[in-house]
Amino acid sequence: MTRRPIRVLVSKPGLDGHDVGAKVVARALKDAGMDVIYTGLRKTPEEIARRAKDEDVDVIGMSILSGSHLPLARRLKDLWDEYDLGTRMWLVGGNVPEKDHEALADIGVDAVFNSRSRLDDIVRYIEENVARWPRN
Amino acid sequence: MAEKLATEPESGLDLPNSDLPRGVQPVFADSGIEVKPVYTAADLNGGNGSGGGNGAGEERPGEYPFTRGIHADMYRRRPWTMRQYTGFGNAQATNERFHYLIETGNTGLNVAFDLPSQCGLDSDDPVAEGEVGRVGMAIDSLRDFEVAFDGVDLDKITVSLTINGAAAIMIAMYLAMAEKRGYDIATLRGTAQNDILKEMVGRGTWVFPVEPSVKLVGDTIEYCARHAPNYSPVSVCGYHIRESGCDPAEEMGYAFEIAKAYIDETLKRGLAIDDFAGRLSFNFNVFGKLFEEVAKFRAGRRMWAKILKEQYGAENPKTMWMRMIAGGGGFGLTIDQPENNIMRGAYYALSAVLSGAQTIALCCYDEAYTIPSPKAQQISIRTMQLLIEELGLCDTVDPLGGSYFVEALTDGMEEKIEAVMQRVQDEGGIVAGVASGRIQDRVSQQAYEHHRRVENGEARKVGVNCYRVPEEKPDVEFHPERREDLDMQLASLKQVRAERSRDAVDRALKRLHADAVAGANTMPAIMEAVKAYATVGEMTNILADVYGRFEEPITI
Repeated sequence: MTRRPIRVLVSKPGLDGHDVGAKVVARALKDAGMDVIYTGLRKTPEEIARRAKDEDVDVIGMSILSGSHLPLARRLKDLWDEYDLGTRMWLVGGNVPEKDHEALADIGVDAVFNSRSRLDDIVRYIEENVARWPRN
Repeated sequence: MAEKLATEPESGLDLPNSDLPRGVQPVFADSGIEVKPVYTAADLNGGNGSGGGNGAGEERPGEYPFTRGIHADMYRRRPWTMRQYTGFGNAQATNERFHYLIETGNTGLNVAFDLPSQCGLDSDDPVAEGEVGRVGMAIDSLRDFEVAFDGVDLDKITVSLTINGAAAIMIAMYLAMAEKRGYDIATLRGTAQNDILKEMVGRGTWVFPVEPSVKLVGDTIEYCARHAPNYSPVSVCGYHIRESGCDPAEEMGYAFEIAKAYIDETLKRGLAIDDFAGRLSFNFNVFGKLFEEVAKFRAGRRMWAKILKEQYGAENPKTMWMRMIAGGGGFGLTIDQPENNIMRGAYYALSAVLSGAQTIALCCYDEAYTIPSPKAQQISIRTMQLLIEELGLCDTVDPLGGSYFVEALTDGMEEKIEAVMQRVQDEGGIVAGVASGRIQDRVSQQAYEHHRRVENGEARKVGVNCYRVPEEKPDVEFHPERREDLDMQLASLKQVRAERSRDAVDRALKRLHADAVAGANTMPAIMEAVKAYATVGEMTNILADVYGRFEEPITI
């Protein structure tokens, strides 16, 4: 039985226009054989939740460089059950100070990456851990 | 023989190979020009001779085609304008920082707006939640402009508004604020970024679709040409496209094609080229190879002058000037070993000064982490003051002119930039290229490839893939977020709405709607609305009702 490729939603919540990193990561995940859906800029948490549901992704990635990562993560968390997002990996990338990592983890984010993270490490993290969030 | 690096890369990036050879392969500048070990007189005239290829020896600064600078005496008369970028919280908090920067020696202001303001949203819009005052100052109405610039002498300190999607509104607010304070807008100077096409390629604070957006840029250029002729309504930005991944030649080539699109739009309004094109300015990036950057700017000046004269028939030399702010240079700075960014900033400033920039803004060393601290801003300003006061950089014009290397590289850059412009035209033009997302796709692929080259050590980055230190804890002070700034902003917005005349606002917004539908210039109606204290969100929504909103082409 062949498993379908890992499906990843790379999203840009909030108003932040910094999309270089999100697109770089999206291309890296694609090169690694994953199905990548990039949302484009300025999506509301509602739009991201709906897209994650509709596209049945295994991984939800949020890229935030405006400093608004905590309120935005909280808003997605509030929508998690409403959109029946169930078990999915949740990653945040961008410019997140270390002091906020714990708060993001408490909200439910599984891992945080930044511009120091190697692309291959992001790929490996997803590949090695996605099985812990079985989709069926 | 290949030299080995003195210091082996640390394990942090797990470089596959610690003895990367240097110096064996031809060196390539970032734009792909092969750099030779030595240059001689034989390299002059070596290119297509487009610049005369004679080492610009017979050319003088201040004379067409301005390779050596737009002014004859450049910094001998006046050093470049120091225009550090700032803005956060509300107008009051930003006003305090403006005064700090001016006292420190900043000779211009470069205003950062928060994301809701940049996207045309009021501070109390639900979509703005969590973003108000975060990356810049919150602006809702003319009232905020009045507070932000309180006590700033607008004749002495020129103000640059880093605003794009909402630029027409913010330009109107600036002009209205100045008028209210007794300045004559017929002589008022200042700049708005107002380059929406680059915003769609990088930076991302667009609001309306491509065509009405370009039309709005035309509205501001036309309005300023007729009413505020010393105001620079557009600063065309190669800067952010380079930040997004393109190379230096493309940075300039794209910017010129974008500037031409705005010129073409404005010419439809019945203005002559010499009526307005001299007030268009540019914003370019400075990082990377020093001599290539200098060559880029020298080639760019020469090309822009020729484009204006030969393609557009400009007669006034000032129309042909490529006036620019050089921004050094976010993409070059690193989150690792942030103190190294202080040195990078100094070299970028040197590059910009050797290039004849009119205005310079340096990214601060802590900017990869946070809104710069006052200390970091002071270091950036001091960096430029050192060049002026101690290093003798203002003493002579275009000191690298006549260098075999720089002149040959200038010719080489001109060819590269020309090829970029030709490619854009062959592919259907810049407007179509942005609307389809083709330019964005190309630029983002370049960013990806660059990132891979940094990761595998091919593109050297000090502190990132070589000369690393283990377990670094950066010593950066984070900008404090002040909840009270947000509360003040919301209260002030409420008060403005309560105090203004609802009738006057409605009348102005109705006029704005009608003018937008009719395809008339929207600036007079925006001015009226601004003076009635209509909010950014109210005006943007009226325009969006008529124009719609940009739908970003997704190419990944």
